[in-house]
Amino acid sequence: MSAKNNSNKCLYCGACVGVCPVSAITLKDTRIFINEKCINCGACVNICPVSAMKLDKK
Amino acid sequence: MDANEILYDVIVVGAGPSGLAAGIELAKKNANVLILDRKQEIGCPKRCAEGLSNRWFDIMEIKPKPEWAVHAIKGAVLYGPNGKDVPMKKKETLGYVLERKIFEKDLAIEAVKHGAKILLKHQVVDAKRENGLVKLKVEVNNEVKEFKGKLIIACDGIDSLVARMLGLNTKNNLNDTDSGYQYEMTGISGYDEECLHLYFGTEVAPRGYIWIFPKRDGTANVGIGIGAYVSSQTNLNAKNYLDRWIQSQPGLKNGSIIEVNAGGIPVGGFLDKMTADNLLVAGDAGHMVDPIHGGGIGVAMEGGRLAARHALRALKENDYTDKTLSKYTKEWFDTRGNELKRRLKSRHLLEQLTDDDFNYLADSITMEDALAIGNGTLSKTDKAILFTKKLVKRPGLVAIMMKYF
Repeated sequence: MSAKNNSNKCLYCGACVGVCPVSAITLKDTRIFINEKCINCGACVNICPVSAMKLDKK
Repeated sequence: MDANEILYDVIVVGAGPSGLAAGIELAKKNANVLILDRKQEIGCPKRCAEGLSNRWFDIMEIKPKPEWAVHAIKGAVLYGPNGKDVPMKKKETLGYVLERKIFEKDLAIEAVKHGAKILLKHQVVDAKRENGLVKLKVEVNNEVKEFKGKLIIACDGIDSLVARMLGLNTKNNLNDTDSGYQYEMTGISGYDEECLHLYFGTEVAPRGYIWIFPKRDGTANVGIGIGAYVSSQTNLNAKNYLDRWIQSQPGLKNGSIIEVNAGGIPVGGFLDKMTADNLLVAGDAGHMVDPIHGGGIGVAMEGGRLAARHALRALKENDYTDKTLSKYTKEWFDTRGNELKRRLKSRHLLEQLTDDDFNYLADSITMEDALAIGNGTLSKTDKAILFTKKLVKRPGLVAIMMKYF
């Protein structure tokens, strides 16, 4: 399970990177990468100003 | 010699206001300094409303230039939830709204003039200590290059990972972080262009406010900061709140958007520790933001310069241990951090106010009161008298105030 980034909505501001408690998110240029460390906690979903992050519900 | 074969005295990661202020200070004192940034353009995209008050020009010893200090500000107007406004305006200029892209390029030019080297599109992907130095792995196009430095100053913003790579916890707690969203709009009207405009209320912007920072003729940064947890409670994100509010403003709703900005704002959780071996952190990465208004340009520049001064001291002593560098944290709290911590208390107070409380305050605080508060010219006794006078009719407010003053 991992958070997912919607690159069509994302403004690559990096807010999600700053609040990720396990440093699972990286911002490179205009792309967000989420690695396997993600604990699906939702911090990134909460902070995102444009709701570009969603939790994987599986 | 290639840039990555040199042993740098200091590698600054992040070419924003903080990193560039650090770079200028280091280069001025003849340190061998490299400034890396992952972006393709300095100053862009901005995550910022671009306001900077005169106080910071004085502190940083810079003069506002017309190229980037594009709009003079003479005051601010605060709006309660019922629309009642509290204007605070003076005859003289109190600060400027900047064109940050040009401002930061100006800082970059200054840093390079003094001998700093800047590299863009350089993304740090790993940082490790080795034999008392730091080795950075940096992605450049499709290559990974190595850079070596005695010291790293991490000014890489809210999304800072460099400090974390070197073992310093710079994570932002969700409760101490705001979700920010902004448009630069043009073709708008209905507000005094000489003032900043701040709109409060739980409907408008829960745990935050909406701002209009005028830039030029009919153009302004119109933005919002709300508590990061708000979206989970109301199912509305910062963009939704801002869009809804703009639609309710006759002077704004037909304007055109010429830029869209977003960003997280570290408005509280100060770092007890801003250094580690070979590492200092400053700016948003070090949570250097005013907890009340969320402004960060001035305090980030001051913090970057202070970090640079401590780096210079460490270079002189040839000692890059946390023990030596940690004096930076102490000095920052002594000179600025403790003041911001006090302001954090006031923020917590503001967060407890209901819309009725805001309306009451907007109705009862006069322009003179507000100016005195805004200038920080109130003495403790004045404050007590003012608040008692205004609040005595609202016992709930008195209880909240008593907790914090």
